[in-house]
Amino acid sequence: MEKNILVLLLAGVLTACVTINIYFPAAAAQEAADQIIDDVWKIKEGDAKAPGAASETPTQDK
Amino acid sequence: MKQTWIQTWIKFQRLIKLLVAIMVVFTIHLAYSAPNLEIDTPAINALKSSMQARHGQLAPFYGSGAIGLTSNGLIAVRDAKALPLKDRQGINALVASENTDRSKLYQEIAVANGHPEWGSSIQDAFAGRWIDKAQTGWYYQAAGGWTQK
Repeated sequence: MEKNILVLLLAGVLTACVTINIYFPAAAAQEAADQIIDDVWKIKEGDAKAPGAASETPTQDK
Repeated sequence: MKQTWIQTWIKFQRLIKLLVAIMVVFTIHLAYSAPNLEIDTPAINALKSSMQARHGQLAPFYGSGAIGLTSNGLIAVRDAKALPLKDRQGINALVASENTDRSKLYQEIAVANGHPEWGSSIQDAFAGRWIDKAQTGWYYQAAGGWTQK
């Protein structure tokens, strides 16, 4: 009796795991996008003014 | 009679303990399986640096409005007339290579996470973020056509 319940519960847990992984993780995708875009566009945190990427001379703020 | 009642009670208690244990396992499982997409693979990093290098060439064209961000996470020539003659030839190739890299990037992220079928969802996620992060003055494709940020 108890064993049956255990098996049933385990099956439930496993099904839940599979379900979670099937759905597209939209929030995670956005985070990944943010990270990659920041890298590609060289946007630094706290840097409101994005860089003119072509410039090779380091900009110096006074 | 009393004996069976106690036995049932003990069994019930065991069952509760079991349930709690399973809930704990499940919670831990949730915490770990929850969201972090793998984006640190050699293929993805290579595409990133290729795009990073190209951005130096693209940035002035975003600024002048010659190139705009499309609603599907790619870029397109918006106004070739905004370009000096000398740049008009090269820009199509530049846009094409950027779009190839972007498409590969979306697909690579999907593959790196074991779900090649996620490619278009990832592309959608990027589309919104590119536009959100675009600089003021850059053009992007909205429902009503090209819009300036």
